[in-house]
Amino acid sequence: MTQSVVVQVGQCGNQVGCRFWDLALREHAAVNKKGIYDEALSSFFRNIDTRSGGDGPDIYKGKICSLKARALLIDMEEGVVNEILQGPLRDVFDSKQLITDVSGSGNNWAVGHKLYGCQYRENIVEKLRKTAEHCDCLQCFFIIHSMGGGTGSGLGTFVLNLLEDEFPEVYRFVTSVYPSGEDDVITSPYNSVLAMKELNEHADCVLPIENESLFDIVNKINQMINSGKLGSTVKQNSLVTSRAGSAKTLQEKPFDAMNNIVANLLLNLTSSARFEGSLNMDLNEISMNLVPFPRLHYLVSSLTPLYTLADVNVPSRRLDQMFSDAFSRDHQLIQADPKHSLYLACALLVRGNVQVSDLRRNIERLKPSLHFVSWNQEGWKTGLCSVPPVGHSHSLLALANNTCVKPTFIELKDRFMKLYKKKAHLHHYLQIDGMEQSCFSEAVSSLSDLIEEYNELDATKGGPRTDPSRLKIAV
Amino acid sequence: MSIVTVQLGQCGNQVGHEVFSCLCRDLRGTHGLCSRRENQSYQDACRERFFCEEESGGPVARAVLVDMEPKVISQTLSMAARSGFWKYNEHSHFCQKQGSGNNWASGYSVHGPRHKEAIMNLVQKEAEKCDRLGGFFTMMSMAGGTGSGLGAFVTQCLRDAFPTSFILNHVIWPYGTGEVIVQNYNSVLTLSHLYRSSDALLVHENDVIHQICAQLMNIKQISFRDVNQVIAHQLGSVFQPTHPAGEGSEYSRNPLGDLMEALVPHPEFKVLALRNIPQMPENSLAYSTFSWPGLLKHLRQMLIASAKMEEGIDWQVRPPHPGPSSHSTNKPLHFNTSIANLVILRGKDVHSVDLGSFQDPSLYTSWLNPQDAFHAWKTPRAFNKYEKSAALVSNSQFLLKPLDSVVGKAWNMFASKAYIHQYTKFGIEEEDFLDSFTTLEQVISSYTTL
Repeated sequence: MTQSVVVQVGQCGNQVGCRFWDLALREHAAVNKKGIYDEALSSFFRNIDTRSGGDGPDIYKGKICSLKARALLIDMEEGVVNEILQGPLRDVFDSKQLITDVSGSGNNWAVGHKLYGCQYRENIVEKLRKTAEHCDCLQCFFIIHSMGGGTGSGLGTFVLNLLEDEFPEVYRFVTSVYPSGEDDVITSPYNSVLAMKELNEHADCVLPIENESLFDIVNKINQMINSGKLGSTVKQNSLVTSRAGSAKTLQEKPFDAMNNIVANLLLNLTSSARFEGSLNMDLNEISMNLVPFPRLHYLVSSLTPLYTLADVNVPSRRLDQMFSDAFSRDHQLIQADPKHSLYLACALLVRGNVQVSDLRRNIERLKPSLHFVSWNQEGWKTGLCSVPPVGHSHSLLALANNTCVKPTFIELKDRFMKLYKKKAHLHHYLQIDGMEQSCFSEAVSSLSDLIEEYNELDATKGGPRTDPSRLKIAV
Repeated sequence: MSIVTVQLGQCGNQVGHEVFSCLCRDLRGTHGLCSRRENQSYQDACRERFFCEEESGGPVARAVLVDMEPKVISQTLSMAARSGFWKYNEHSHFCQKQGSGNNWASGYSVHGPRHKEAIMNLVQKEAEKCDRLGGFFTMMSMAGGTGSGLGAFVTQCLRDAFPTSFILNHVIWPYGTGEVIVQNYNSVLTLSHLYRSSDALLVHENDVIHQICAQLMNIKQISFRDVNQVIAHQLGSVFQPTHPAGEGSEYSRNPLGDLMEALVPHPEFKVLALRNIPQMPENSLAYSTFSWPGLLKHLRQMLIASAKMEEGIDWQVRPPHPGPSSHSTNKPLHFNTSIANLVILRGKDVHSVDLGSFQDPSLYTSWLNPQDAFHAWKTPRAFNKYEKSAALVSNSQFLLKPLDSVVGKAWNMFASKAYIHQYTKFGIEEEDFLDSFTTLEQVISSYTTL
């Protein structure tokens, strides 16, 4: 069993991260009735003996004493992290896992990446090393951040770079929240494109998320619950909608519920690595199967079903609906329509009481309506994990390497160019030590290249298929 | 003689567990339908082959469990122990933490060399426990990273360390519509490497077994456990003891050797398929009766029509007319030409069965005398509650189509160079792929021109 470390950077990163740790604890509490510190728990948590005051030694077996998250919380403002430390999760983190400053990054990637990066480099490396030392077999770093701001975007991608240098063998999975069109941060296109270059070059896998999609999904759930259509069959305390344990109650935008979705994504992604099943899917398998070429590592994700069902023995029809929904445009976590674009690869991770025949039946059923690239016509990676998420009897996580990410990138580039052509706000960036005009041109060039790669693939869609001729053997 | 089983990867360990469970259940079964003495010999022979006795008394499987991550092995060990009837030796396993990531190169080039000593030590220990070592039975899938890559490496090590022992690889052929996206690459690399070090490859296709579960076993929600249990039943029906030399002779002491001798006359042709009849849910057994002629008629047609199972057989397929120019182009399409076949019969009235139809020369290539191309092993002791059961192990064109399909898909992907960087990262280069493709195209060509 391997361990993973979560590095949450910036306001968004820390808020999502906070939801993740809350849900992870809940999930393990539901599964682990005896309170024994088992291997599944050890993937995300350390078990330490607090009786010896403060940081005792790690306890590897036996009863749970005090769980500590394998995490690093980084923010250049104190507000969010302080809130976490005063909330119900305060015992899960200790002060040695925090790196904070006071003035923030002013929504400026350069401040985050160049200024703070330089300033905090040693501190970050040291803390990362410490966290890694507590791991028996560290397999993966999960970075959670947003692209549009300054800290998550700039310092977050700085940390990504650092991880590649210091821990080259460890996978780097990045969950990135992309800004929407009406984002209130004017410079978010700059920050995002500058960050994209780093993601292109240093991440193993990126899971892009868009707030618009999360917002729509949360609305759908609320509609379903309130419409009473599902009547008494809907449980309200599923992990998707759970608000208990979050610091705030109501907000203008339901960020907690939205962040819950992203937290669930990470839980489901790692479920087959933590829990048993008849066909395990580990994190290194995800990277192996879904990344056919090094730069094409952006995975569109969807989680279904979104609501809980009261009865556990669900007739197959409902099960099949879960699979259909996974491919529909309104269940994706970014604004994208995978069905009408080209699949390079697709992974289905099922949790709960679902067997291989259910998987096969649904793949056969859905295959004809999906377009797969010519060299990967049967490009499915599947996993079956026996442990369902809390409050559900089964669930499905679909990860698609699909050209439907392209519009997101094209829009980003367009918004960037709008600002860049007028040289708007550039001086804020260029005045930072280490920032030059070339950083901008290289970043947009990197993004253009990526878009071009997707274009080339799209061009092959629907075209005539000529299989390459096989080797001829002299008889 | 005893067989040492090496279970590799998630699939190898899951299937292996079902196999030992099945063997043990059959051993304890009271539906032997034969004399007490016969039953006793059968049980003794089975125990010698697959189990050794511990001081505590219960049978301990002669097996080494290998996986690069711990969850499956720990599950397998505890399930066996909980059965109360048999278990694995608690030291005969090796695992690591991070798995092989479905990467053949990781299994073969990284884990293999790194853990060779530890794994081979365990194998050596098991081999030493045998009074006489009859060979190795390795169990793996081709689609993943450990079973396939590490499995290929371990097979090579077994060949180097035990040059005169028989090695039979049990290989699971994955579902055609993926379980793993790079399964075709992993399969091509595995098959080509196994071909060099193994004596024979005994193949089970997930698609075929799945159909059996759906249509013959009437299972609604088929799980991997169901699939593995059918596979275990089929393997048990081949490897439980038999009298190869006919009525009144002893139970065979050398099953792997006998198998190789019967089925693998030429090292270029090592791919074996397995079919059996009848196959049905246990609760239907009591209501069914079969006759040997009926069973064998179906089994023979399953062979010549390359049928997946006893339902849906194409009865139109006929063997070609024997004649002076039985060149391959004159053979009717869809006819499955055999090099050699082995039929195993278990149960009532077994020694009076007429197997003439399997000795028909038109079924075979012309290389061997018909009497050398066909072998039969029998025992009056019924297997797994089936009053009569027949199994067929065939060296023929059964797997030609699947093999061609896998190589074709892999080649298609290779032409675009997709995923290759994941393999070169661990030392498997494009050249290695090309070598493997060449080896397999050769095998395909050889089987096609039978």
